[in-house]
Amino acid sequence: MELSVFIVKSIIILAVFGVSLLIATYSTWAERKIAAFLQDRPGPNRAGIFGLLQPIADAGKMFFKEDFIPRQANKWLFIAGPSLAMLTACMTSAVVPFGDTVLVNGAEVTVQGIDINIGILYVFGVVSLGVYGVMIGGWASNNKFSLLGAIRAASQNISYELAMGLSIIAILMMSGSLSLRTIVEQQHGMNWNIFFQPVGFIIFLTCAFAECNRTPFDLPECETELIGGYHTEYSSMKLGFYLFAEYINMFVSSAVIAVLYFGGYNYPGMDWVRESLIGGLGLNWGHNLATLVGTMVFFGKIFFFIFFFMWVRWTLPRFRYDQLMNLGWKGLIPLAILNVVLTGAGLLAGTRLLSWVLILGVVLVATIQAGTARKRTVAAGRLSKV
Amino acid sequence: MQQYLPSDYLPIIVQLVLALGFVATTMLATNYIIPKIFRNRVHGKVKDDTWECGIEPQGDARTPISIKYFLTAILFVLFDVEIIFLYPWAVNFRSLGWLGFAEMIVFMTLLMAGFFYVIRKGVLNWD
Amino acid sequence: MADKIFYFLTFLSLISAMLVIFSRNPVHSVLYLILTFFCLSGHYILLNAQFLAAVNIIVYAGAIMVLFLFVIMFLNLREDTEPRKGMAAKLAAVVSGGLLLLIMVAALRTADMSTLNNPASFDSQIGLVENLGRVLFTDFLLPFELASVLFLVAMVGAVMLGKREAGERNF
Repeated sequence: MELSVFIVKSIIILAVFGVSLLIATYSTWAERKIAAFLQDRPGPNRAGIFGLLQPIADAGKMFFKEDFIPRQANKWLFIAGPSLAMLTACMTSAVVPFGDTVLVNGAEVTVQGIDINIGILYVFGVVSLGVYGVMIGGWASNNKFSLLGAIRAASQNISYELAMGLSIIAILMMSGSLSLRTIVEQQHGMNWNIFFQPVGFIIFLTCAFAECNRTPFDLPECETELIGGYHTEYSSMKLGFYLFAEYINMFVSSAVIAVLYFGGYNYPGMDWVRESLIGGLGLNWGHNLATLVGTMVFFGKIFFFIFFFMWVRWTLPRFRYDQLMNLGWKGLIPLAILNVVLTGAGLLAGTRLLSWVLILGVVLVATIQAGTARKRTVAAGRLSKV
Repeated sequence: MQQYLPSDYLPIIVQLVLALGFVATTMLATNYIIPKIFRNRVHGKVKDDTWECGIEPQGDARTPISIKYFLTAILFVLFDVEIIFLYPWAVNFRSLGWLGFAEMIVFMTLLMAGFFYVIRKGVLNWD
Repeated sequence: MADKIFYFLTFLSLISAMLVIFSRNPVHSVLYLILTFFCLSGHYILLNAQFLAAVNIIVYAGAIMVLFLFVIMFLNLREDTEPRKGMAAKLAAVVSGGLLLLIMVAALRTADMSTLNNPASFDSQIGLVENLGRVLFTDFLLPFELASVLFLVAMVGAVMLGKREAGERNF
């Protein structure tokens, strides 16, 4: 790799790192504002206009809180827990293609940290390491509630990782590559994967919620049962790291969802925009500006999904633990395998749309089940009257 | 055909250094520097105990856990390896054709038989 | 550049592998083992075996080590209750480790490096997932299908291990 390319890539990584930290910071503000909107109250509005300085005030407060380590805790592992959680959260964004290419001194450089052959497996690998932060932190606290929270989190994460991996397979069968850039380039214009993989998208989205420990899957920190779950004993910036890592994970999963299913930086009419920009401003500026527009579109998609994460959080109640495990193992894994088989048969027969059959089937089964369930309760009601 | 080389990975070092630096600096600040400057660490016999709903902690949390969690972890390892086998298959899916599809169906059928057995044995029942 | 990275990675993997053995706390051992796996993945990347590098992280660092941690953390593991290992166990460990070394040396002795040293037939892309999949699903089809039988056996074994005994106390 040439030095100039390496420097441009380093600047891109630096920018993405900064932007992801900024977005994570302001996600906390957005979360509170959205919660306030959904519950018909103003939300944070004292620090700055619209409470925009609230996250900065929160971060400052976090730093100056007492940093508490319990006597029985295992000190080094207690510190290692949140560090690992934050480290894994910060490493994921490297493979996400944030835009097309930029022309620097005539050389084309991709707007992406590393463009590698196994991009999606990199994401998958880092996600699978995310469980350590929670597990080690919860165990090192030497608190029974933390321990329960940690083991719940670990079981939940590993269970939903399986369905997540299986749902990606269907996409890979269509793209024939593990590189995230190739997957995005194949969705040029409006040729997005969501139109061919609706089932895969729903499974992936559900698993992303579970991997980020977001409601309705936030059992590891379910306060009615476990106080604070795995971070009961944490205070100061160590607690801040756990919470912050969750928001960074949310940002990265939104980005990965947008890349895999919603075309990444592609949008309808992108060729026309690029050509007219090049026509107006010359090759260098036009091309780079067109890339910038694509990146903006990509961030628009990311923001939509972050909003969706929050919307769901303030709408749905939490699962029960057995419901959670049943959904993961007995619901999503067989469904994902069925999806792989159907997609495969469809591709070999020459159509990409066979996955829709599965969605029709699921809707049909759900309707029938709902119908019979109602009859059952009605019958039970009659019995009790008799 | 794009050539992929190990040098593609060089920028990851930048990211690793950034992330490590950020984590280390913040941890140093919150764990050593700020408590030293502001002297806001207060110790006490009761205060340093773990907090378990305000009840005096009995023993510690080094206790055995239900076997179900271990079984989930074992099953996870098995299924994870299975999914890893699916990746090279999915990438070569078009060139392998119907024969490759049949190979994977056989593989999946055997695996699903095991999965069905596990479910019937009630390993995945949480009550 | 590449050889400097190689020496650094090798140094790091040897140090962390030593620390796995010498740390007193088993949880620290697991963490060092994860670090060792990372260094090994770095070596795979230097060899341009990118898929293997990712699989090493996902399966070993992400799945098997989680199982290890489960076992170490959530079994009743304290220093005072840890059983002392007898002389026979130590001897058995030395013998099995020595056998593994013997097999590895034997395998390396017969390895044919001529295709790699020949620049005309050298293909840097040979370790990528596309080529690996093509070989796995044509030439090594039987071992692949047999692996599923192995999984089946492992699942049955796991269910057998997980049978509840009367009078167990846990949460």
